[in-house]
Amino acid sequence: MERPLRLIQANPLDSLARTIEALLVVASQPLSVDELVEACEDEAERVETALGLLSERYREGRSGIVLEQVAGGWAFRASRDAAEACGRLFERPVERSLSQAALETLAVVAYMGPCSRPEIARWRGVAVDSVVAGLVERGLIAEAGRGDLGVVRYRVTPLFERVFGLESLAALPRLDEFGGDAEELRGRLESLAERRPA
Amino acid sequence: MSVRELELDLDAFEGPFDLLLTLVLREELPLAEVDVAGIVLAFVERLAEREELDLDACGEFLVLVAALLELKARGLFSGEAGLEDLDPGEAAEELARRLEEYRRIKGAAQWLSERLALERDRFFRLGPAPLAPRGERRLAEQDPAALAALLQALVAEPPDVSLAHLELRFPPVSRFLEQFRAVLGRRQRFDFDHEVEGLTRVEQAVAFLALLELRRAGEITLEQAAPFAPIRVSRGVVHEEEVAWNARSA
Repeated sequence: MERPLRLIQANPLDSLARTIEALLVVASQPLSVDELVEACEDEAERVETALGLLSERYREGRSGIVLEQVAGGWAFRASRDAAEACGRLFERPVERSLSQAALETLAVVAYMGPCSRPEIARWRGVAVDSVVAGLVERGLIAEAGRGDLGVVRYRVTPLFERVFGLESLAALPRLDEFGGDAEELRGRLESLAERRPA
Repeated sequence: MSVRELELDLDAFEGPFDLLLTLVLREELPLAEVDVAGIVLAFVERLAEREELDLDACGEFLVLVAALLELKARGLFSGEAGLEDLDPGEAAEELARRLEEYRRIKGAAQWLSERLALERDRFFRLGPAPLAPRGERRLAEQDPAALAALLQALVAEPPDVSLAHLELRFPPVSRFLEQFRAVLGRRQRFDFDHEVEGLTRVEQAVAFLALLELRRAGEITLEQAAPFAPIRVSRGVVHEEEVAWNARSA
């Protein structure tokens, strides 16, 4: 004998959460709250609450799909538990063989951008034309207008933030933290300068 | 151990050190592209593989790398005014500042590298957004009459192209053959320049061809005291059959 249906008090945000879920499934790049608000035609506060609900539902260890806040928006990704299987099916070509030169160039553009190739070359001490072209091709950096002399400037893309799992560029550590012992270096150079014949 | 045979595998170059030097000296490989630190690393690794220290090789290497570094530094900083005018203290300060900057960037690159290793098991969808909003092309208000006027200008028949400059009229060589023969019938010799005076350049050229034809046939002899001097034409030996042939061929 069938049991009678039991009425459950649905969460008033369930409908909105389902819509957001659908939007995130069809999007192939992170969606910002503003974009979700516009698409759902709802209030930002309700959208944020719904995102909170979804984050709980799609969290690491609970679901094969994980909702994360990345690159200035919200996006689904595969859970880390499924990484090995995903790796057997797909590779991550964007960051394959990112050389030291490419990483240093990325670092300059991420911290100093938008900046031009001559500016990057000045920081790194070598010409960077081919490295920059490679990073543009991978979609990790993109043109961001032109400087005073008409030279093309570059910035990192949302894909960069996504590949490196950054919520935004503000999530990068402060550049000062990588300084090392500057005084010691300065002292060594100064002593060398004193020994140099005038 | 030969320094010049040192095998290099750099971003900008792969091959023996000797070839790298040759390419740099011929300016076929910009030195700015060459990672000198990579060369030093390759050499040090090679040294480490050997049990004994080859001082000759080290000396040669130091000289070559120092020269490379100097060339590269000059290339990189050639546009910067005032750097050479700095006193040693200031130069050291400037160098220290740049090295510090570079050290920070290297640190940041190292952080990115570690981050990448940590995030290697994050898989997400990549590709164009299927529902990405399409940019709406908003055009300014257009005046149909102005558009029609522009189109009318495009469909108008283009003016006929003048081919007047291609119309070169060549008088027949035979005309001058007859003219020169008539003159020689009356006189023993004449001046070519005098005969063609007042003719166009094309007519003068045809007249000259006629002169050459008569000379070939042996009807005339030609004299010219010096280059560009007047050409004196004198009556020569006449062979009837040749004259007829030349007149026809002309």
